[in-house]
Amino acid sequence: MDLYEYQARDLFEKHTVPVLQGAVATTPEQARDAAAKMGSKVVVKAQVKVGGRGKAGGVKLAVDPADTFEKASAILGMDIKGHTVHKVMIAQAAPIVDEYYVSILLDRSNRTFLVMASVAGGMDIEEVARTAPEKLAKVPVNAVDGISLAKAKEIVAQAQFPADVADQVADVLVKLWETFQSEDATLVEVNPLVKTEDGRVVALDGKVTLDDNADFRQPDHEALVDHATANALEAAAKEKGLNYVKLDNGQVGIIGNGAGLVMSTLDVVAYAGEKFGGMRPANFLDIGGGASAQVMADGLSIILGDPDVKSVFVNVFGGITACDAVANGIVQALELLGPKATKPIVVRLDGNNVLEGRAILNAANHPLVEQAETMDGAASRAAELAAK
Amino acid sequence: MSIFINASSKVIVQGMTGSEGTKHTRRMLASGTKVVGGVTPGKGGQVVDIDGTSLPVFNTVAEAMTATGANVSVVFVPPKFAKAAAIDAIDATMPLVVVITEGIPVHDSAYFYAYSLQKGTTQIVGPNCPGLISPEQSNVGIIPADITKRGPIGLVSKSGTLTYQMMYELRDIGFSTAVGIGGDPVIGTTHIDCLRAFQDDPETTAIVMIGEIGGDAEERAAAFIAEYVTKPVVGYVAGFTAPEGKTMGHAGAIVSGSSGTAQAKKDALEAAGVKVGQTPSETAQLMRDILGR
Repeated sequence: MDLYEYQARDLFEKHTVPVLQGAVATTPEQARDAAAKMGSKVVVKAQVKVGGRGKAGGVKLAVDPADTFEKASAILGMDIKGHTVHKVMIAQAAPIVDEYYVSILLDRSNRTFLVMASVAGGMDIEEVARTAPEKLAKVPVNAVDGISLAKAKEIVAQAQFPADVADQVADVLVKLWETFQSEDATLVEVNPLVKTEDGRVVALDGKVTLDDNADFRQPDHEALVDHATANALEAAAKEKGLNYVKLDNGQVGIIGNGAGLVMSTLDVVAYAGEKFGGMRPANFLDIGGGASAQVMADGLSIILGDPDVKSVFVNVFGGITACDAVANGIVQALELLGPKATKPIVVRLDGNNVLEGRAILNAANHPLVEQAETMDGAASRAAELAAK
Repeated sequence: MSIFINASSKVIVQGMTGSEGTKHTRRMLASGTKVVGGVTPGKGGQVVDIDGTSLPVFNTVAEAMTATGANVSVVFVPPKFAKAAAIDAIDATMPLVVVITEGIPVHDSAYFYAYSLQKGTTQIVGPNCPGLISPEQSNVGIIPADITKRGPIGLVSKSGTLTYQMMYELRDIGFSTAVGIGGDPVIGTTHIDCLRAFQDDPETTAIVMIGEIGGDAEERAAAFIAEYVTKPVVGYVAGFTAPEGKTMGHAGAIVSGSSGTAQAKKDALEAAGVKVGQTPSETAQLMRDILGR
């Protein structure tokens, strides 16, 4: 889960990473009141999970509470690269003399954690990495050892931070590691980390990504989920514990078992769909190993509730689950759905007890269901039905 | 021959007394695997009967190894306890630890992987993987044993169900070993580790490698193939239609920017001389063409 800037700021504050005052507002009135409380110039910042908001006019300096009201009115409701602004952060403004960059992230390629630090912060760090790689220190951090103060000082020296801020930056790194580890984050990024006119080092803007697998030991993270902007179908699927992702511009609903097989199914459908006017998969839905009647019914009802879907492709390989159990699941799911099932369904079963499974579907003889022998054949038929 | 596991592998099951552990211990035994015991902290001294086989339960992996001579451990414990289970096995210097558990926090898997490197005596497969099978010899994990038979093909895949699908497509030819390495961002055994082992395994004559979007493991594997592998390799990559920035089931299967796309992986593999199929069936056909069967 990616956090909003204001949520990242709050997490930093919780772990005593130095930050400026900040408050979140959903109305111009709240924004004005927050600015009045801070009693200083403030920056009004659009809260969207996409880059480039500054260029899009989503960040404005406000001189007083009345001005904050004006600026917040202009920014709230704005569209930034397809993201509507529902919240703004009111941040205390500070005179800045220098901008730096620090982050800690999961480095999948090397199967470890990585710290990146640069004195050339504030701008696009990917640009710095490309054009002046010597200005970006990259230091692997072992998950067992973490970032001690000694390690932090090593990183600061390697990134060549000036002597007057070196100790403060090292301290920030230790606290960011504390945040990264204890919150089960896969990314904490501060850009920019600034030196203010009075010589303090402060995290001005932050990005945090949290690991959903750790939800069981992070009870506070549930409150950070933004339910308002989630896709309605995805939210319904999540409630039922289904692993579902809605895809744009698709017509063929997909249900399968196992993430890899489902991903492959999407590709095979897109490939077959080229012959039928460019039919494409409408979603990713992995029902996992179990594939009980209830899970199948939940999955089918989500997919049949998607107005974009014109046909459905159920692709199951019976590994641990036997195909006869899956076939029974489909039959019972269609009984549960009754008249709500209105779109043609192509089923491909293979693997464990496949003949029994196919016989069950043949015997049920449901008018919407047809079977295909192979994955490629089924994809082609589902695309053809979607194009009708 | 085969890679990593064979007919003489002695296997203990961490979490054997749990429902998943019991279910899969039964399946592993039924397929002829030498399961010699289980580990559940606090339940040491118990004996579990599974379809007529009496299996002793130990509190720690070290005790289990001393008593049984086990050289492989398979982990079925829930995500919450997986880190402790893996560390227990690493501390016992268990040579091969196969972590089936799905949904382990990445801070935990990064920790036990780093710990295994520091100790230098344990190879980890997984987590979030189906395990591995050398058909008719040993089956460690949850791969169905009855899909296919022993044969000349080596298979390495991030995905479980695509592993089963490919074994099924080529079931009349058979496999030396099939390894599901798992789809998580941090895994112990990589495509490269398996490719090296298959290259060095006299029983394996050709290799299927299945990848999916995310990370650069396939690109690295392609470079390794060009440098080291002389046996024919066919490849398949899933995730051409996956949108940027969305997780699709496997935490690892996420594309950011232009890196880790299916196309980039396919291009890298083809540049290394690997024939890449557009669908699993087409990939199987490429293998048939190579083997002339």
